[in-house]
Amino acid sequence: MDKYFPNVDWLIMWDATKQTLYMTGISVLATFVLGIILGMLLFLTGKDNLWENKPVNTVIGAVVNIFRSIPFIILIVLLIPFTTLLLGTMIGEKAALPALIVGAAPFYARMVEIGLREIDKGVIEAAKSMGASTGTIIWKVLLPESMPALISGITVTAIALVGYTAMAGAIGAGGLGNLAYNYGFQRNQNDVTLIATVIILIIVFVIQFIGDFITSKLDKR
Amino acid sequence: MISIKNVRKIFPTKQGQLKAVDDVNLEIQDGEIFGVIGYSGAGKSTLIRMLNGLELPSEGSVTVAGREISKIKGSELRKARQEISMIFQHFNLLWSRTVSENIAFPLEIAGVKGPQRKKRVDELIKLVGLEGRENAYPSQLSGGQKQRVGIARALANSPKVLLCDEATSALDPQTTDSILDLLVDINKRLGLTIVLITHEMHVIRKISHRVAVMESGKVVEMGPVLDVFRNPQQPITKRFVQQVTEPEETKETLEHLLERFVSGKIVQLTFIGDSAEQPVITNLIRHSNVNVNILQGKISQTQNGSYGTLFIHIDGEDEEVDKAVDFIRSQQVGVEVVTNG
Repeated sequence: MDKYFPNVDWLIMWDATKQTLYMTGISVLATFVLGIILGMLLFLTGKDNLWENKPVNTVIGAVVNIFRSIPFIILIVLLIPFTTLLLGTMIGEKAALPALIVGAAPFYARMVEIGLREIDKGVIEAAKSMGASTGTIIWKVLLPESMPALISGITVTAIALVGYTAMAGAIGAGGLGNLAYNYGFQRNQNDVTLIATVIILIIVFVIQFIGDFITSKLDKR
Repeated sequence: MISIKNVRKIFPTKQGQLKAVDDVNLEIQDGEIFGVIGYSGAGKSTLIRMLNGLELPSEGSVTVAGREISKIKGSELRKARQEISMIFQHFNLLWSRTVSENIAFPLEIAGVKGPQRKKRVDELIKLVGLEGRENAYPSQLSGGQKQRVGIARALANSPKVLLCDEATSALDPQTTDSILDLLVDINKRLGLTIVLITHEMHVIRKISHRVAVMESGKVVEMGPVLDVFRNPQQPITKRFVQQVTEPEETKETLEHLLERFVSGKIVQLTFIGDSAEQPVITNLIRHSNVNVNILQGKISQTQNGSYGTLFIHIDGEDEEVDKAVDFIRSQQVGVEVVTNG
């Protein structure tokens, strides 16, 4: 092994993998929750819906669109004051989380909104005609009926987030991206870059596989 | 049970105001099956949706089971809706839930717990004849089975009123009949008041006690189904009645016959109730010196009795033919001499 990859320190590689998994895991969870809340609000305040409210809808829509449009690498820099205020540091995998979540949640929120819009209006109306409250409609109709779309959406988002963590690594967040940048690029150790890439690819394939599996299990249509 | 007073519903549109429902007054009795028929856009859908507050009237009042639906809001309206169930043209089941879970949904809303809920779901599954399909998902069911789930779901909280929004329009004729039979059965067994809207006179004929005909937002004709069949007043009502009594080809056939039979008369007889079961034709032949040729006939059952139409050709001396027509008139049978044009 060492003959082919002379520069790879497997312990450091393993640590970097754990950091990437940590950053991806936490940010996917937070994005899932935050994105569903934002997407649900976008949906509910939309035209002809339960909480129809044009001003609120426009404001949330604008915020989502703005954060979705900022390139991630610039978003990290923009959020430096916010991150240091929140965590007291700009270095390490924790410091990447705010930027990852702020970057991914609006992206996912739009997917949530699209997923919710695909629910047959008649089903919502049927629930209303049974005397369901808005809370019941959200928990027992909207979320379960859109779950396959929500899961396939978070799968796509999670894969994008793996890419984002690599970018965050370039400015000191740790993880495989950081390793590939510091060793592979700065010291010209191409074997490190290659291994880091392979591990990232494996992570992406595993996420895709899990996402597809859950989606197909949930979808009874 | 249901009282609709001076109800208007106006939708603002880009082209101006659209009067979807225009000054409608209806009283529907406890235990009645009341049908509303009209073409699409007649306002019947808007009307039925005002009965459970899915739409609010612009003017007038809607009272169902003692509650003024057009006034109440929030939790009081949600409570009222548990007593006014609805079934839909496209069933509107939750695809993520099994048959049992779909039927349990309204019980969850009403706060019925665990074993009690399960017991009620089992009862309902038996009632609509879906034993063995409890754990199937809607996507695995036929249209008729889906509507049975819809009906079971609607009956879960023992409602007082069942609203049927084109409930059979997406089903084939045979399935339509089995669903209609189920509705009549439920009406008799549970004493449930049923309001249905449809564009098919067949549905009205088969299960309704009374019918209201709607055209451009107004109720243009209303009465017991048999009366409306016997004596339709408005042109639109006549068209709907013809849907059932005269198959499509009848008109063509008659035109053809009128050309062939130059002598004598073609007469349309309409039988209502008891007279449908009397030997009118035998008596006619015994009384008059004419030849009678039966061309076409049909008997339909309604909830308040049978209704039949018969086309015959009477031939003979002009005087005798006239006498024969007078004779039929005296037999409590509707008579119309069919002429060309």
